[in-house]
Formats: sequence, structure tokens, C-alpha cells
Amino acid sequence: MEYRRTVGGKSTWEHIRRNWGLYLLMLPAIVIFICFTYLPMYGVIIAFKDFRPAQGIWGSQWAGLKYFERYFNSYMFTNTIVNTLVISLYTLLVTFPLPILLALMCNQMYARRFKKVFQVSTYLPHFISTVVMCGMIIMFLSPSSGVIPKIMGLIGVQTGDLMGNANAFSSIYVWTEVWQHVGWDSIMYIAALSSIDLQLYEAAEMDGANKWQKIFAIDIPMLVPTMVTLFILRCGSLLGVGFEKVYLLQNDLNIARSEIISTYLYKMGLKSNQYSYSAAIGLFNNVVNFIILILVNGISRKISDTSLF
Amino acid sequence: MSQAALKHPKVNNHIRKTQADRVFDIVIYTIATIMTLLALYPMYFIVIASISDPNQVAQGNVLLWPRGFSLDGYRHLFSMSNLWQGYLNTILYTLVGTIIMLVVNIPVAYALSRRDLVGRGLFTFFFIFPMFFGGGLIPTFIILNNTFNMIDTFTVMVLPFSVISYYIVVARTFFQTSLPGELWDAAQIDGCGNLRYFFTVVLPLSKAILAVIALWAAVGHWNSYFNAMIYLRSPDKYPLQLVMCNILINNEMAATAMTGSAAADINRKANLIKYGAIVVSSLPIMTMYPFVQKYFNQGVMIGALKG
Repeated sequence: MEYRRTVGGKSTWEHIRRNWGLYLLMLPAIVIFICFTYLPMYGVIIAFKDFRPAQGIWGSQWAGLKYFERYFNSYMFTNTIVNTLVISLYTLLVTFPLPILLALMCNQMYARRFKKVFQVSTYLPHFISTVVMCGMIIMFLSPSSGVIPKIMGLIGVQTGDLMGNANAFSSIYVWTEVWQHVGWDSIMYIAALSSIDLQLYEAAEMDGANKWQKIFAIDIPMLVPTMVTLFILRCGSLLGVGFEKVYLLQNDLNIARSEIISTYLYKMGLKSNQYSYSAAIGLFNNVVNFIILILVNGISRKISDTSLF
Repeated sequence: MSQAALKHPKVNNHIRKTQADRVFDIVIYTIATIMTLLALYPMYFIVIASISDPNQVAQGNVLLWPRGFSLDGYRHLFSMSNLWQGYLNTILYTLVGTIIMLVVNIPVAYALSRRDLVGRGLFTFFFIFPMFFGGGLIPTFIILNNTFNMIDTFTVMVLPFSVISYYIVVARTFFQTSLPGELWDAAQIDGCGNLRYFFTVVLPLSKAILAVIALWAAVGHWNSYFNAMIYLRSPDKYPLQLVMCNILINNEMAATAMTGSAAADINRKANLIKYGAIVVSSLPIMTMYPFVQKYFNQGVMIGALKG
């Protein structure tokens, strides 16, 4: 940008002309993005219309805020918002700090071969697909043939039908999430830790610091910028709990606690063809997420000088 | 980067360890051992359950090693044509989809990494904004369905969602930090244009980032089922994960209508097939992963740098 200011208007055009190749390199992605990402952003106006496929997006009649009001007034509104928030806050509370602990621990291991095995095995579950993961959860928890009730039975604990227990849903969701992703999510922190200057540790040892003191005085403060960045990103999707896993784990018995915004939206939109209603729910969801992201980002910039933009 | 910590022996090897530090080490290694076992056990269980007698599995006798060795599950799997059709479809979607993702995202990342690109801020915004805001499921579906008529086509599986903002950010950071600006200056003096420079100089120097993005894209395609569930209609186009979804979640094979011992028997066999299907569908990625893991880690670390 600075370059432009010095060379002025005419040379700017000259510059564009000389770099035409760069624009050509971007062309395919621009076309794809306009067609399949930006056009749907325009299509979101059906949330304010009575969308009829035959009339098209523009031709359909305006409906004002009818569909938003319908969602806000329906009993599913509180239900889906509460379920979504419970699952996402629970997930954030558990899956945000655990990778940090794991990285701190990994950083304390000096047996190279052991560390390698530890890392590869904790990363591995990350590559299991959501479908297979949910299949595994359902099979493992099955009261008649699942391995977890069997193991719990050995130590004398009766679990009952966990998948049919609505109150257990969020815990099942969160702790399987931990199993699958905790290792992978720690990579970023491990990278940050391995870039710490070793002289810091040497100096701390000269002053007689033990391992705990080194962790609290050096490791954790060095991780703060990474933590803040990842935390902001996570907050930006508070209402955006992943559709896939919840949808696959849902059943008639746990639906009271497992119907979240995205699954409700999918059923309304594509199963019962209420396009406008569903688009309104989606838009509401996206706007709230966006506002939270901007807020958290702004607060973080004030307090810690770390922000996304 | 992670190697740095390993190469330099820590100072406390020289200074005698205190009692507290020794206890600390024991605790760390014990926890780590337990976690390793916890991470591996469910996957190990799937494998041993898939080659055991289904009755032994149902009774809870198969916990540490296989019992009543049997390959019936796998034998049945081989006769399931929809599974193999799904496998083939997934391989096709993954191959074509990954190539498209590379062709589309890498050039953008390079262009955005160039400081002399006029309108760089604007283009960057254009490509990053969808990370934080989008039209949502229904408007996207309507555009793909009504405007482009792409429902139930091969194209819908590989093209519309091929631009990934995150890949662009990561690759852009890589280009910014690893390609010296003088290289382009020198090439320009020799009369080399942007396109020739990109294809003959940039790409050969960027194999690492190409590998990272290709692996991410391939795993993403291999494991995805959502787009297929929304946009595909005919079963012969289903990718592996959607077939797996029918087997594992919708219980396609289980005897839900029957009761009594016959039903229990069928359900046990169905479970055996499920275990086998999980093994068969996850095997390619699981066996490949340890060999390519350094690329994955590298990619996450490049992404961690702020560009």
C-alpha cells in the first residue's frame, strides 16, 4: 500500500497492467467464491421473504421480520439456544484448557522415543471421521453389547442406557471430543513452547527455580498470545456447535437436550422445506456469532494487545 | 522448530535432580503412559472385536485380545457392493477434489503474499471474510439447486466448496516467510513474467506447503459426509462416509423389526460387520498418518505464525 502512495495514480494502473498474471492466478478462486459463497450471502435475503422456488430469490414476496418473529416466539427458540449454549460452553470450558496442559506436560518429557510415541498416539484419533467416531460412541455405549458398560460393570458401576439418557448427552459429546482432539489441539502450544529461548530456563535454574516454578514463570506466560488468539476464534463460534456430530448422536430419547440450532435449522429447511424460516434461523445464528467475535476481539485488543484484526 | 528443544540437552542434566523434580518426572511419565493407552485402546478394541466371535464380544469377554478368531465379518464385508462402490467414489472425490483445491488455493495464496499487488487489502478481505460470516446452509442449497442445478452431480462434491480461506492464510504465510523478495527482483530483471515465475520458481520451492495442503484436503474429502448427505440423491454416487453412516448410525443391517433370540443373533453379526467396516474405512488414513505426520505438524505451525 505504501508503494502505491508514493507512485501515484498513473503508475498504479501501470502496476496493475504489469502484474496481470497475479490477477489471473486469483481468477478461478474468485469466480468460485462469488458463485458459491458470496451469492448465497445475497441469497440470505430469503429470510425476509416468502420464498417460492418458482419465483426465485428476487421474485418472491417480501415478508418483513415474520420468520424471525416466528422463531423467537416458538418454544423451540429457548430450547435450541439453551442446548446450543450448554454444549458449546461445556466444550469450551473443557477442551480449551486441556490441550495447554497436555503441551506443558509434553514439554517436560525428555525421553525422545517415548515422547514420539505419546504424540503420535494422541494425534491419531483426530483422523477418525465424524461418522466413524459417532458409530464407535453408539456401539461402545450400547447397554446390551457395548464395551464401556462391560468395563464399568467389572468395577461395579451400572451405567444404564447412556445414549438414551438426555442428561448425559452433553457429557458424552464433550468427553469424546476431548479423546479425539486434545492431542491435535496441543500442537500449536507445543510449537510455541519449543520456540522459547533456552537461556530463560538456564537463568531460572541459576536462581534455583524448580520445575513447577519454571512452568509458571516461563512456559505459561509464553503461551498467553497463542491462548488469546485461539480463545477469540473459539468464541466466534459459540452458537456454531458443529452440526455433524450432534446430528449423528441424536435419537428420540435424547432429543430434548440434543436439538441445537444447526440441527433444528436443517430439519426445518431441508426436511420440511420451510426455506425462509430456516434461512432466518441461520442468519440470526451467524449474526450473533459475528457480533460475539467482534466483541471478544475488541475486548482482547484492549486488555492484552492480542487480536485477530 | 520442535526439533530445537530436542537437540539442545537441557541444563538440568548437568545439575543434580532434586527429590521433588524426580517425583515430578515419575508423575509426568505415568500420566503420559495412561493417556497413550487411553488414546489407543478404543482403536485397538475395534480391531480385536472385528476378528473375534461376535457372541464373545457381546458377552464382554473380548477386552484385551481377540477370542474365537473369525473372519466372518470381513467375508460379509467383501460381498457388500455398496461399501465398495462408496470406496471407489470416495477415492475419485478425494483425488479430483484435492487437485482442484491445490489448483485453486495455492495461486491465490501466492498472489496475496506479494506486497506489490495493487488491491491486496481488498482481495485479502474478500478471501478471509467468509471465515467469519456466511450465507448459511439453506441459501447455499437454494443457489446450488435452483441457480446451478448441481444437485446429485459429481461436480457438487468437488467444486463449490474448494476455496478454503484457512488454506489460503496458511500458504500465504508460508510464501511470505520462505520466499526472499530478491528472487522475484532478479527474475524480473531477466525478463521473467509473473506466471512463468510462479510455475517454474515458486512451485518447485514450495513442495512442503503443497504437501501440507494436499494432505489436509485429502483427509477432509475422505472423512466428509455432510455435503454428500445434503447434495447427493442417488445411492450409487454416495461416498464411503455416507455408506458408513447408513451402516453404523442408521443401522441398515440390524434387525429392528424382529424380537427374541433371532434378532439378538442378527444384531451381534451386524455389530461384527460394523467393527470390520470401521477398520476397512479408516485403514488408509491411519496407516498413512505416522509417515506423513511431520507435514501435518509443519502445517499447523506455519498457520500459527501471524502473517
